[in-house]
Amino acid sequence: MINLTINGESRQFDGDGDMPLLWFLRDLLTLTGTKYGCGKGLCGACTVHLNGQSIRSCSVSMDRLEGAEITTIEGLAAGGEHPLQIAWAEHNVPQCGYCQSGQIMQAASFLAGNPNPDDAQIDDAMSGMICRCGTYQRIRAAIKSAAGGGA
Amino acid sequence: MSNIRQVNRRDFLKTGGVFVLGVSLYGCGKEELPVKAKPVLAEPWSPDVYLSFDAEGTAFIISHRSEMGQGIRTGLTAVLADELEADWERVEVVQATGDEKYGDQNTDGSWSVRGFMQPMREAGATARLMLEQSAAQQWGVDVAECKARLHTVVHQPSGRSLDYSELVAGAAELPVPATDLLELKTPDQFRYIGKALPIVDMHDMTHGGAIYGADIRLPGMKFAAIARPPVVFGKVKNYDATKALAVAGVEQVVELPAAEAPSMFKAQGGVAVIAGNSWAALKARDLLDIEWDDGSNADYDSDSYKQLLLQAVRQPGNVLRQQGDVNQALAAAERKLEAEYYAPHLAHASMEPPASVASVTVDFCEVWAPTQNPQSLIPMVEAATGLTKEQIKINVTLLGGAFGRKSKCDFAEEAVVLSKMTGAPVLVQWSREDDIRHDYFHSVSAQQLSASLGPDGAVTGWRHRLAYPSIMSTFDPSVKSPVAFEAGLGALNVPYDIENLSIEAGEAESKVRIGWLRSVCNIFQSFGVNSFSDEIAHARGKDPRDNLLELLGPDRALDFTDVGLEATENYPFETGRLRRVIELVADKAGWGRPVADGHGLGIAAQYSFHSYVAAVVEVAVEADGSWTVPRVDLAIDCGQYVNPDRVKSQQEGAVVFGLSLARDSEITARNGRIVQGNFNNYRVLRIGMTPATHIHLVDSTAPPAGVGEPGVPPIAPAVANALFAATGKRFRELPLGRKLDLAGT
Repeated sequence: MINLTINGESRQFDGDGDMPLLWFLRDLLTLTGTKYGCGKGLCGACTVHLNGQSIRSCSVSMDRLEGAEITTIEGLAAGGEHPLQIAWAEHNVPQCGYCQSGQIMQAASFLAGNPNPDDAQIDDAMSGMICRCGTYQRIRAAIKSAAGGGA
Repeated sequence: MSNIRQVNRRDFLKTGGVFVLGVSLYGCGKEELPVKAKPVLAEPWSPDVYLSFDAEGTAFIISHRSEMGQGIRTGLTAVLADELEADWERVEVVQATGDEKYGDQNTDGSWSVRGFMQPMREAGATARLMLEQSAAQQWGVDVAECKARLHTVVHQPSGRSLDYSELVAGAAELPVPATDLLELKTPDQFRYIGKALPIVDMHDMTHGGAIYGADIRLPGMKFAAIARPPVVFGKVKNYDATKALAVAGVEQVVELPAAEAPSMFKAQGGVAVIAGNSWAALKARDLLDIEWDDGSNADYDSDSYKQLLLQAVRQPGNVLRQQGDVNQALAAAERKLEAEYYAPHLAHASMEPPASVASVTVDFCEVWAPTQNPQSLIPMVEAATGLTKEQIKINVTLLGGAFGRKSKCDFAEEAVVLSKMTGAPVLVQWSREDDIRHDYFHSVSAQQLSASLGPDGAVTGWRHRLAYPSIMSTFDPSVKSPVAFEAGLGALNVPYDIENLSIEAGEAESKVRIGWLRSVCNIFQSFGVNSFSDEIAHARGKDPRDNLLELLGPDRALDFTDVGLEATENYPFETGRLRRVIELVADKAGWGRPVADGHGLGIAAQYSFHSYVAAVVEVAVEADGSWTVPRVDLAIDCGQYVNPDRVKSQQEGAVVFGLSLARDSEITARNGRIVQGNFNNYRVLRIGMTPATHIHLVDSTAPPAGVGEPGVPPIAPAVANALFAATGKRFRELPLGRKLDLAGT
């Protein structure tokens, strides 16, 4: 039995320890805001926070998560708006929207550690994320304005 | 206009007594006007297939086109809301199910706005007029004195107003006016059209609430993953599921019927694992031991196939368009240029891999699919289940990208077949590898272009030979050559004013499923045509922009119906509009400006989907051949636009899409199997390579044209032309790669 916290709620898992966190979130907890994109940590669509740090939930198995504190897009700003969510709306970032949960989660953990990044740092921090619609320019702009807003 | 009002009054007289319950005084202003009692709206009022109101006056506007990032759920609904004079805050967007009553729902070909702006306007104007009539009845005044304004109708002489919620019940009793009685807004009256409305799905998309194909959860739902034949039309010879069945959570392994040619939109067969969660299904699927009978496509090898395509364009092909005598012009030419271009297969690789849910019972089938083409599922479900269309409901989720892939719903058929087999709702989840290897691929292509130059350097002849497997082979395997509609995407309809011209198609058999991908054959045909134009410019010692404008010739409207291209009413190919976007983008990009060492500017222009686009790309090449794209300018004239922000975002995305295929993306086959499988080897652009992108949107009163696709075609050739400007070396094969071979420069 693995005990962990998801968005502040304690949860238990006693299935196949090889199961990546992604599928526990999506299929067992029905937290479908976290997306499957590649299954290999290549695209970032499944990004969540583990103890505040961004991880690819498709590539972290449940048996490594005893005691973990996980935050998903649904819990990023419970009942409110994260500065990135506000900035995303201001810049009208999403197109299809599918990768955006992961993009926002990646940006959130990055900004928490680097509140005033420049373009090169943003590009570097976001390099693991794919947006096939090509919203990158607006992602860059939204991260900068969220940072400017004191995220 | 006066006769419209008379008719309205007649309608009022004819129908007024039907629902009027009594007369009371209704005081809401300085004047007391006698009004009739408000009837109660018993059920939603639907003046039109695209619109209904509830008793609170909320306008439920149908989005019958699929949302895949182009913003159509915001765009077309805002068009209706505008004519309705609706308060956008009181509009709810409702995604349509697949139903022929909505008209065409296949969201492809960049024509949602072109095809449906007018019907949506009329739907909104119809309801607006009926609400005005309803107010006139309540007040007992002439409808001519009643004007809808932001979810209310105002009685202009008195200034009093009624909210739509107070008018819908009365309006529901009125006859729907004929279209020719409608008074559509003039552009200066537009409230939403032409304005940058935020997308309606913004909150859901940024808070994890947006629902895509794999996000549907039903009681008792099973999760499935499928091992499909690695070679198209391969079959299962035998399989051993022992290891798969041992995976915790796996419930069942079943074989699916094999597909026969033609591919159509059919599921490909294979072996399916049914499990209690996606992970168990995917893990067990990979543990299946399957022996395949690969069939006749197992010989598909991209290296040898490339040689076949090149051979095909090195000889005369089937002539699709001819004017003058190009071969004579080439033979007699002072100077002759010739070049070959090659571009590989591409996969769509939308971020959401295909996924779909189906629930089949004895008398009903409900499907949830991220489909561009929901109506196509109805006959498929009928065939798979024996149910009739009244027993079938096709729900359209959001599409996590599509780019043409999700018009073909083999993935939804799989869910239907598995739900019927297992008796439970089933979610079929494709892995990324499934997505890339079992795509309907963008065609691999070869082209040969030849031009003759006269003594003064003028271009006297243009010959364009094409060879690529046709999309039509997906529907009819006997088609072994590009057809007119494909060649017509940038080759057959080349707008150049050249005396002798020939467009020829060679043979190419298809060995994989071929399909439409964002801008389709424009991708490689624009690459060939615009690269070769640039080669001509340099051969003539002319500035590439000036050369392009000269090739384009005098402003004129072109018509290609005589070579088999469909004429679209009100959409001539106006070369002057292409000229203007070339001039605009050159101006905005500072064409001709001095650039840093190793930098170069390239230009390309393309007419597609009735829109006119030109791009200037700046590249920066390092001594070791690595290169970046610091800046892209793109100008688009797409006629009248609905949401300028979404037009721009589509072009920004098109630049990224175009750079992906220019630089990185390539699908190849060995032994009939697709080599690439995930983003490590099917590479697409990431943020670090994204240029500073400047979109220049032309204000136009021309009819609305395509937005989603037209930005893609000019990018790859503009990049290649920029690389030539930077290095003096011509690159004629896509993808260009991350590191150029600069030998010989």
